[in-house]
Amino acid sequence: MANPIIVNGIYKNFGATQALQDISFEVKEAELFGLIGPDGAGKSTLFRILTTLLLADKGNATVNGLDVVKQYKAIRKIAGYMPGRFSLYQDLTVEENLHFFATIFNTTITANYDLIKDIYEQIAPFKKRLAGQLSGGMKQKLALCCALVHKPVVLFLDEPTTGVDPVSRKEFWEMLKGLKGKGIPVLVSTPYMDEAVLCDRVALIQKGALLEIDTPQNIIHRFPQRIWAVRAENMFALLLAIRAFPQTASCYAFGEYLHVTLKAGEADLASLQAYLQQQEHTEMKILPITASIEDCFMALSA
Amino acid sequence: MNPIITRSLTKKFGNFIATNAITFEVLPGEIFGFLGANGAGKTTAMRMLCGLLKPSSGEAFVAGYNVYTQTEKVKKSIGYMSQRFSLYEDLTVKENIRFYGGIYGLSNQQIKDKTAQLLQKLGIEKEAGQLVGALPLGWKQKLSFSVAILHDPAIVFLDEPTGGVDPVTRRQFWDMIYEAANSGVTVFVTTHYMDEAEYCNRVSIMVDGKIEALDTPVALKSHYQADTMNDVFLQLARGK
Repeated sequence: MANPIIVNGIYKNFGATQALQDISFEVKEAELFGLIGPDGAGKSTLFRILTTLLLADKGNATVNGLDVVKQYKAIRKIAGYMPGRFSLYQDLTVEENLHFFATIFNTTITANYDLIKDIYEQIAPFKKRLAGQLSGGMKQKLALCCALVHKPVVLFLDEPTTGVDPVSRKEFWEMLKGLKGKGIPVLVSTPYMDEAVLCDRVALIQKGALLEIDTPQNIIHRFPQRIWAVRAENMFALLLAIRAFPQTASCYAFGEYLHVTLKAGEADLASLQAYLQQQEHTEMKILPITASIEDCFMALSA
Repeated sequence: MNPIITRSLTKKFGNFIATNAITFEVLPGEIFGFLGANGAGKTTAMRMLCGLLKPSSGEAFVAGYNVYTQTEKVKKSIGYMSQRFSLYEDLTVKENIRFYGGIYGLSNQQIKDKTAQLLQKLGIEKEAGQLVGALPLGWKQKLSFSVAILHDPAIVFLDEPTGGVDPVTRRQFWDMIYEAANSGVTVFVTTHYMDEAEYCNRVSIMVDGKIEALDTPVALKSHYQADTMNDVFLQLARGK
């Protein structure tokens, strides 16, 4: 049987803007596949093509073996789609929204309740509340329930965690993990690089082009350089100093550390240490580290 | 006098207490991270500090001005930028600068000088006549931050300034924040990126309308025995 999502050489332009250029990848059975990239990378355009809401200029794609152009009606029945912008009716209650989406797909809330049960129970105490009055995290949970209520064969989630606080993000990813156990393949997009490691495989996307497709572990493994974390009491002074060091290849702030790569790698480390020790940095620390997906993304998009 | 001072600042909407007696001060030139889960009351607090919403009770002074009685002076002393709304896409770069300069009450001569300085600093002299909508996102971010501090405010409020921005641009943006703070501007910033919380001098975490924790990132991590600010946040932010 063919993979549930197959994307083959997709191009899309909007006027002079190349939104997507030669995008190809496949999502396997029961796979949680992440499309990772910033705003404007083309993620939503690709989602709209795969959910049959937009035509590609070139290339083709199938969802569960169905062609996104010729068999669009059949796809709409079997795909679950959570668009990036809040997609619910703000002036309907939680319960009414769910009922509405079930009705559209000729089903009922009870028919597939087992699929949404774990998620819906978290918002059930607020089922009489208008959707417009829910907090960000609860809106996302309701939107996910609405995307699942017809028991889709494939699930498309476009930036479900954007603008949501870290706690709600964590809960949302736990729900996705739960869905994976039910065997539904999921294509999910996010601008948060740290969410990449929660996916089985990811495609990194920037300016309409794919940078890399693989498991997060393999992408990290292929990071070509040695990388160090450096900190001191005055981080801004340290940042300026390391950037001014002639052998620095890259230096970026990463939480409480700076991540630094050097032109000659290990061979330049001693001279960096000597250079920094001449200056008045206090509480300085330099540690070798493993690259994160965000390091990889920056290196690949540079 | 510290640039932001609040004492038991409270806002109620009917029976709902959105901001519940928060008391804190922000120091001059500090980068102050104002964190909390969605719905914790950050936006309400920020709106009161910007002179846009009248508190129900308590006190607050921003740049020395009372947020009850001197809201116009508060507004002139602060800059504001958010990811959602900042620049007019259908005005050119130069028009946006002139527009905001006018709003903030700069003279024509000041606007002229500031425009030249800003274009040169950002290296976008050639793009001055282009519509902002046509600029890459990263440039827009830098431009909107520069415009927010065009009138040399004592304090700049940044409301999720980096949401959705690519990793390199996000860091370039923080370089600008550091630089502004270094030159004495007080920075008050909200973010959902916990790595950015680490860049702040001090951080407060709001839970259900109250400030549950306020300290340097290092002290918070040690107090909550957490490796990262993300762990600190996860421990605190869900509330009851």
